[in-house]
Amino acid sequence: MAFLSAHFVAIVFYVLAVLAVAGGVGVITFKNPVHSALSLLGTFLMVAGLFVLRHAEFLGAVQLLVYAGGIMVLFLFVIMLVNVRRLSPDAAFLSRRAPLAVLSGVVFGALIAFGVLAGSLGHPGGGATALQMVQGHVMGNTEAVGWTLYRHFLVPFEIVSVVLLVAMIGAIIFGRKDAGLEGRGGRMEP
Amino acid sequence: MSLSQFIPFLPEIFLAVAGFAILLAGISLGKRGARGLSLLSLGSLAVTAILIWVVGRPVEGAHTILGGMLFVDTFAVYFKLLTMTASGIVLLMSAGYLERSDYSPGEFDALILFATLGMMIMASGANLVSLYVGLELMALSQYVLVGYFKLELKSNEGAVKYFVLGALSSGVLVYGISLLYGALGTLDLGAIRAALTASDTVNWTLNLGIILVGFGMLFKVAAVPFHVWTPDAYEGAPTPVTAFISVGPKAAAFAMFLRLFLGAFHPELAQWRIVMWIAAAATVIYGNIAALTQDNVKRMLAYSSIAHAGYALIGIVAGTAMGLWSVMVYMLIYTFMNLGAFGFVIMLETRGYAGERVGDYAGLAKRHPGAAAGMLIFMLSLAGIPPTAGFMGKLYVFSSAVQAGYIWLVVIAVVMSAVSLYYYFRIVVEMYLKDGDEDEPAPLVRDRWLDAMIGLCVFVTLFLGVYPAPVVGLAQSGVHALGLG
Repeated sequence: MAFLSAHFVAIVFYVLAVLAVAGGVGVITFKNPVHSALSLLGTFLMVAGLFVLRHAEFLGAVQLLVYAGGIMVLFLFVIMLVNVRRLSPDAAFLSRRAPLAVLSGVVFGALIAFGVLAGSLGHPGGGATALQMVQGHVMGNTEAVGWTLYRHFLVPFEIVSVVLLVAMIGAIIFGRKDAGLEGRGGRMEP
Repeated sequence: MSLSQFIPFLPEIFLAVAGFAILLAGISLGKRGARGLSLLSLGSLAVTAILIWVVGRPVEGAHTILGGMLFVDTFAVYFKLLTMTASGIVLLMSAGYLERSDYSPGEFDALILFATLGMMIMASGANLVSLYVGLELMALSQYVLVGYFKLELKSNEGAVKYFVLGALSSGVLVYGISLLYGALGTLDLGAIRAALTASDTVNWTLNLGIILVGFGMLFKVAAVPFHVWTPDAYEGAPTPVTAFISVGPKAAAFAMFLRLFLGAFHPELAQWRIVMWIAAAATVIYGNIAALTQDNVKRMLAYSSIAHAGYALIGIVAGTAMGLWSVMVYMLIYTFMNLGAFGFVIMLETRGYAGERVGDYAGLAKRHPGAAAGMLIFMLSLAGIPPTAGFMGKLYVFSSAVQAGYIWLVVIAVVMSAVSLYYYFRIVVEMYLKDGDEDEPAPLVRDRWLDAMIGLCVFVTLFLGVYPAPVVGLAQSGVHALGLG
């Protein structure tokens, strides 16, 4: 019991982390796309838990609202509309490339593990209070994120709005039905 | 952050607003008005360039603005003007092409302008976050542009491959950035450089972060082994888009590459140099060898652009002040000669995909001697034969590597330049020595704007071949901005 209370945060962290990775593995192993999507939902929830554990409550809430709420619904809608019951990839295609894929995955994983384990990570944020400081006063995590985002990172924030506009333009270009283009293959005229 | 700090940012603000305006104007015009919209977009690029010259120049020395997010220095001005020139040429080249197609020009021109905005941010970013956001703005616009001819199967294929691999590489890049932040606690380029200079111990987390950022950048410049998207994306995209993504975004990616690796990560040069050495050698060898067997001109030029990224990487391996300015000069020369070569592909592309096979060039010299002579100049320049600009560009890059002691890399590059002569001259042989024995030879597109842009590229390619001093001077003035003396 003493061990449990002394290492409570670490235990919760490892449980959440392992479940998050397991969810990620589930996404690519389940045959049914709905199961894959739900597995992804599990990963989103676990990551939200990790944010809360690190005292980034605002990020945790946003993770729940945007990813688990919005993006997940979008995924399920697409799966329903496209109506794929079962993904049956070309077996020959996968088996031919499987050894190479596994090899590069293992090499990349080993590289990451070596880099993270052999090096020393600093503690850029400091402790829990550092995530709640606004102009030298302890306020809330939401306020702190707001102050950083809208003051220090104002320029990237504004550019991201243009990025989203471009994404919308792209979605509309590919999604709309153009009168006059159907049946002609869009070929150049002589 | 005071209001006066926004003044050097005015060119970017203006370009964004102009992009919105072009988008709205395009909706009301529909499929008409391709030329008018191109002129309007060109005008807004011109106003942006004037604004850069008036308020965006580092009059009182290099400094950062807006909370350390953007640099105001000559390096940024050089690459901003270079990418804007490339976008302007592409806008004029594409006007007639869009007119002949069934696709509306409004979104096309607006996306080119938004991509240009992203490239300007990449050229001036002083923080990993602003650099990354600029990169994504450019990349997302590119994905849409590659798939713009959405009813063409090849265009779809190229866009999907480019998007999936591009998203993967962005993930690798961001993971590298997160490791850097974990190791150093800062995203500011100046602070990163200071921290790296101060510490003398080898931190493997840090090095892994630098290498992963390097992988992301190698993808964006299409270097081996991160090049697999290039031939399909280049072949599938509408030809003016291929011309665009082969020059502007490549120059912007090299600007970010230089800013990161010869600026912020320069103190760790000994750690990452070997990776860049291998990438440069592999890129030069693979790009040139793979281009030999291509029968499609767009695919051949795709492999050729991979090889040219390899030549430019040699300047980064050198890691000296000369290496830096030689890459800057090389990117400018490459922009003009590659745009010119693609201009001829557009010119021959009158029916479907005609003009994409090497055989379509047969007998061009008899029918259109002027066009054949122009194409000859670009092929000579891409191969690096004097007195064209391509020779001067290679000369500077290679001599910077020789000075830094990388003789073997230069030997590989020179041998591979000789190999490249074979595939560039296949087109020349087709044009001059073969008879076009088709019953119906592909006629050339008569388009004054295209002619004028190709003429401009011919002029710059020849002018810089005999008198490169002005551009070299401009590039050298950008060197001290990165602290390379």
